[in-house]
Amino acid sequence: MPPQILDTILEGRRSQPNQLIEVLHDVQENYGYILREAIESVSQGLGVPLIEVYRVASFYKAFKLNPSGKHVLTMCTGTACHVRGSHLLLDYAISQLGVKPGEVTPDGLFSIEQVNCLGACALGPIVAENGTYHHHMTPAKLRKLIETLSRQEAEDVQHAQTQ
Amino acid sequence: MPRLNSYRELEHLRQRLREQRQNITTTVMVCGGTGCRTSNSQAVIDAVRDELSSQGLDDSVRLCVTGCHGFCEQGPVIIIEPGNIFYCHVSPEDAFEIVYQTVMKGEVIERLLYEDPVSGERFKTEAEIPFYKAQDRRILSQNRLVDPCSIEDYIVAGGYSALPKVLNGIAPEEIISEIKSAGLRGRGGGGFPTGRKWGECMDAPSDEKYVICNADEGDPGAYMDRSVLEGNPHLVLEGMMVGARAVGASKGYIYVRNEYPLAVKNSRIAVEQAREVGLLGDNILGTSFSFDVDIARGGGAFVCGESTALMASIEGKVGEPRPKDVHTVVDGLYHKPTTLNNVETWANVPSIILNGSSWFASKGTKGSKGTKILALTGRIKNTGLVEVAMGTSIREVVFDIGGGAANGNSIKAVQTGGPSGGCLPLGKFDLAVDFDVLSEAGSMVGSGGMVVMDEETCMVDVAKYFLTFLQDESCGKCVPCRLGIDRMLEIITDIAEGRGRMEQLDLLEELGDTISQTALCGLGKTAPNPVLSTLRYFRPEYEAHIKEKKCPAGVCKALITYWIDPDKCTGCGVCISGCVHGAITGEKKQPHVIDAQLCQKCGICRSECKFDAVQVF
Repeated sequence: MPPQILDTILEGRRSQPNQLIEVLHDVQENYGYILREAIESVSQGLGVPLIEVYRVASFYKAFKLNPSGKHVLTMCTGTACHVRGSHLLLDYAISQLGVKPGEVTPDGLFSIEQVNCLGACALGPIVAENGTYHHHMTPAKLRKLIETLSRQEAEDVQHAQTQ
Repeated sequence: MPRLNSYRELEHLRQRLREQRQNITTTVMVCGGTGCRTSNSQAVIDAVRDELSSQGLDDSVRLCVTGCHGFCEQGPVIIIEPGNIFYCHVSPEDAFEIVYQTVMKGEVIERLLYEDPVSGERFKTEAEIPFYKAQDRRILSQNRLVDPCSIEDYIVAGGYSALPKVLNGIAPEEIISEIKSAGLRGRGGGGFPTGRKWGECMDAPSDEKYVICNADEGDPGAYMDRSVLEGNPHLVLEGMMVGARAVGASKGYIYVRNEYPLAVKNSRIAVEQAREVGLLGDNILGTSFSFDVDIARGGGAFVCGESTALMASIEGKVGEPRPKDVHTVVDGLYHKPTTLNNVETWANVPSIILNGSSWFASKGTKGSKGTKILALTGRIKNTGLVEVAMGTSIREVVFDIGGGAANGNSIKAVQTGGPSGGCLPLGKFDLAVDFDVLSEAGSMVGSGGMVVMDEETCMVDVAKYFLTFLQDESCGKCVPCRLGIDRMLEIITDIAEGRGRMEQLDLLEELGDTISQTALCGLGKTAPNPVLSTLRYFRPEYEAHIKEKKCPAGVCKALITYWIDPDKCTGCGVCISGCVHGAITGEKKQPHVIDAQLCQKCGICRSECKFDAVQVF
């Protein structure tokens, strides 16, 4: 972990416990998740007990304490998406990838995130892949999305090997 | 832009900006809201921009990338003024035609016009489209006038006119009495009278006070606050400035969901722009009024929609509510008097100050004044954001604006008010969108989510869905909510999986009643509503699950079976290759069969089949 990024994040916020959530957001944006060393440095930097930093980081859904896969499939399970069948999508992703929300596939390629609402309710069900929204999703479309991504990865690996 | 030191300088700037735009003959407004961006509107924006440049129209045509226009289902959406021409489902390839034919020659492109799904009629202008015609878009209509990242646009459109009014002339008491006589009630869910809240905060003695804009929008299925904040952030800021002036606050926060990256970005830009011209900061417009706003990102916790939990979160703490023996208007953020309103409430404020309370109150009912933005979603034809006068019936919203059920199904219910609200059956659709009317019927207006359900929606599953959501989101501080919801979910799961007993229905009601009376915060108290309202209006569905072990809507997995209708199946084999569980067999061109033992009910075959042959019973 490059400590200078953390220094930049903490700059101007040191000894301000009220900045904890903002700082954790910035840590996650830079590192992809809230790593242990960051929790320790944030605790020192803001003057918040270590246990309180961990409590906040584990209380809020937005914070991940483990790294994500290369492709993060964010499944919206808001009400509007639910009545249009988002539960089928989530079940499918779980059974197909063999991981639960918050986990990463052993090859590190995929992880599933479940969120309460992505705010594009009119176009549901929504699945976001690394932030790109896919609308009116069906289990069949999700299968194709996962297959396409897996195939691209396999091709990239092959390409890298031949070079 | 230079810092504005007086009201006169602001008016000069407005005048100068308007003069600069005199040469503009046409404005092309492309929706850049989250919904249309999902449908790839960025590519359309780029293509139109390139086309305008290559035709040498940069100076005479203004391309305005706006916030949400509301009709998300039809995205990407473009409106061209003058003419109010409305194009939908626009693709980047249409850019040349739009610029060459419509912008340059004034001709309409038929195929891009909105076509009514029922009558097949095409409408040329936005105003003629039934979806818009039946609405009263006081707030949402402002979205299309401005680029949310341009303070100039907001000023040209007449923005920041309410602020000088409250800084030079109207006293804080008068502002509050104006809001009170307007009858504005909180749009976030509670419907608390805004003027009263402000009055109590003004009266609370303190050296420091705060105003907060709640843009956490925890209701899954509602997105009006996102659209207003990301589409017109200066409107919300101006509302907060008026509120801060009224209650005597010098600091404000916008607490915004981190899952709304565009809203975070646009509100940050707006705050920076307002600071730059001196509309935020010390001595605003040369007066003694000083006020600044910071953006605080939420952490994705539903409970933070509750005022005390939200304030704890802004303080950098875990979002747990506390008892409200002393209200937050006296003892709020950092134990200082705090006024908290949601995005839509703040967005209503500037126009009340500008047009007067009687103008605002001219729409609405006796107890609920003005308009309400609704997120019309679910199993309906026209989904999107809808703004109607309070008092409009649910029927008008669902059928006249929403166009009725999609896929030829029939509508069964509407869920209003999110996890704190309830489900109302078709027989109650004549009820008005009104805080008091919907509460009496066992639901609530809430933040304005309106999820339409048809015969393929199972009400037991809906109740289970909300309980699962609430169990997951309960902060765990008080026992009734933490354990009560757990027990209710256990019972509902039993029912959904065919293990239910009739006496459990009474127990559900009893548990719901106890939680309503004893939970600590408003969210806990209203948590049983989805169950209680479905039990009240859809009891036969619960009974079918218990007595007949059937899910009439074909949703609850434990009680349904997938099968292939041999009359419809063409034997194309798509479902066989799609089934990851190897549960489907059959020869080419012969009807296929699903092995019920192997079938995991994942729904892939059903969504892949082009002949509607895969059925559920």
